[in-house]
Amino acid sequence: MTEQRNATPAAEVFKKQSQAKEIWRRFKKNRGAVIGLILLSAILLIIIFADLIVPYEQATVQDMSQKLATPSPEHWFGMDSYGRDLFARVIHGGRTSLSIALLATLSSCVVGSALGAVAGYFGGWVDNLIMRSLDIFMSVPDILFTMAVVFALGANFTNLLIALTLAYFTNYVRLVRSQVLNLSEQDYVEAARAGGAGSARIIISHILPNAIGVIIVNTTLNVAKIILYESTLSFLGLGMPPPSPEWGLILSEAREFMRRAPHMMLFPAMAIVLSACSVNLIGDGLRDALDPHLKS
Amino acid sequence: MKDTILEIKDLSVIYKTDLETVEAVNGISLTIGKGKTYGLVGETGAGKTTTALSILRLLPAATGRVLGGSIQFDGEDVLSLSESDMCALRGRRIAMVFQDPMTSLNPVMTVGDQIAEALLVHDRKMGKEEVERRVEETLSMVGILPSRKIEYPHQFSGGMKQRVVIAMALACEPELLIADEPTTALDVTIQAQVLMMIKELRNRLGTSMLMITHDLGIVAKICDDVGVMYAGEIVESGSVEDIFSPGRHHPYTEGLFGSIPDLKSRARRLTPIAGLMPDPTALPQGCVFAPRCKKCQERCKTVRPKAVTEGTHRIACHLYGGQAAGSAQGISGGQDAFRRKEEQ
Ligand SMILES: Nc1ncnc2c1ncn2[C@@H]1O[C@H](COP(=O)(O)OP(=O)(O)O)[C@@H](O)[C@H]1O
Ligand SMILES: [Mg+2]
Repeated sequence: MTEQRNATPAAEVFKKQSQAKEIWRRFKKNRGAVIGLILLSAILLIIIFADLIVPYEQATVQDMSQKLATPSPEHWFGMDSYGRDLFARVIHGGRTSLSIALLATLSSCVVGSALGAVAGYFGGWVDNLIMRSLDIFMSVPDILFTMAVVFALGANFTNLLIALTLAYFTNYVRLVRSQVLNLSEQDYVEAARAGGAGSARIIISHILPNAIGVIIVNTTLNVAKIILYESTLSFLGLGMPPPSPEWGLILSEAREFMRRAPHMMLFPAMAIVLSACSVNLIGDGLRDALDPHLKS
Repeated sequence: MKDTILEIKDLSVIYKTDLETVEAVNGISLTIGKGKTYGLVGETGAGKTTTALSILRLLPAATGRVLGGSIQFDGEDVLSLSESDMCALRGRRIAMVFQDPMTSLNPVMTVGDQIAEALLVHDRKMGKEEVERRVEETLSMVGILPSRKIEYPHQFSGGMKQRVVIAMALACEPELLIADEPTTALDVTIQAQVLMMIKELRNRLGTSMLMITHDLGIVAKICDDVGVMYAGEIVESGSVEDIFSPGRHHPYTEGLFGSIPDLKSRARRLTPIAGLMPDPTALPQGCVFAPRCKKCQERCKTVRPKAVTEGTHRIACHLYGGQAAGSAQGISGGQDAFRRKEEQ
């Protein structure tokens, strides 16, 4: 008996593995999701190996003679208003933009969902405390709040991440709380409780898996919003300090030259759209893959 | 008393909201013997589910409150156990099957995983093979192919789902199974199947059972003892023989028997009990059944009847509280018709 117990560790590990395999199998069947995954992987690869494609200096070296030059074989995406190579700026800018966007999405989702789950599940004064604090929090406009944080802490990667997380976690709290309120009333949660399951187990194995579809869709929609919010911050001079490239920054610089040099806006915008699209496609696919009802 | 598994004494439960206080259970007492099945019968809203939830201490935390009484499970006072002891008790020693199998299963988890979960809750260190083996055993015990463990609840029919729910409840081989209207949500043909399965498993595993139902047919088929519940009170209780044989009965029990269709006497119309259950936020002062009772007397409206006990048979009605016992004749028609039907 003891031997058997020691021989295999937690059975849950096995269970989770087989479930993951099943989800992956369903995910693969969704063409859009696979396209999204390929697209995002390509974007991430280009960004990760950006140095091998174009050296970073290209993104900052100015050649005023080529100011606003249109795309050419030497400069694929053309030049910006300071005569910097846009291709280099876009792919190096992606590093900052995408990593901040993805990390901020993830952290706001985790923080917000955890708070929402706790508020919804335990109710009572815990719920009141969390939701009333949130009300105070939300009564300050996001942008003011973010500005205050960045001013107070200084503009760098970590602080931007903190500021964006603080600006975006609130909608997860409300979303997840309402989901949990609804799901806690379900008979299977009551049944699990009658089976002796504790709160943590009920939240983790019964409530969150049923709320995950909604959370994922919200999360993937947020990626694009956060990239754009970042650009707003850059526009206000609160983003990453120049001259380091960033999609939002490039876009806001391009605004002035929209008529004369539309390419300057086109490429960073495309980068944002493609990343956002790929994440959304993956999100849709994940949501469907996680829903056993849609299993073919 | 070594041979009782559950003893409830004078249990009172209320639901208190800002607006009103619902008196859901009012001083009920019942005893379930080891290996015995107790049938708790009564119409919707009588307080059956509330009683069951009190045993497991699962009353809604915000509103439900036990006002008084005691619940002894195997000699332990359930109401004074710590929450963690309670978690260890739930599912492991007392399990519950809920009414609606359609919603009692987690839709995003395979049935195998859910049964495994029920096992792992009480034994985190159980090995992978053992879990798998127990899951398969449990499934075949309730008549489901073990290979179906990788399927999701929506791939099962209602009756099959209820089998899964029962499998989950029995996975840890509990000493007491509380079945809250386990067949009410099922098709009539499936009801009989599931009921027979419950009966057979109970006999095989020796599980004691609290069978909650509003169906006297179910009581006749599998219960040893019966409590008839009305508006939070047990108005009559006794062995199945006590309740089903002609003789003295609570007018409400007679009413219940009168509301069952009888194939033999086709011409006779069903005699439903006129009126509705009293508002549980404002129960009548006297007997709770008085407003609907055909034999209601003056004192029924003001004085709560004390229970009269005769062997195992207990009735709380003024009709039998002493001299007025004469009016018991001619009231057993319903019971007779019912017995004839059941004997076929
Ligand atoms: N959570 C609750 N809050 C307030 N009242 C409730 C709640 N649950 C049940 N009740 C009331 O308590 C009474 C008994 O309900 P219940 O135990 O569910 O009866 P049964 O299971 O016999 O149909 C009913 O009047 C019902 O309206
Ligand atoms: Mg009920």
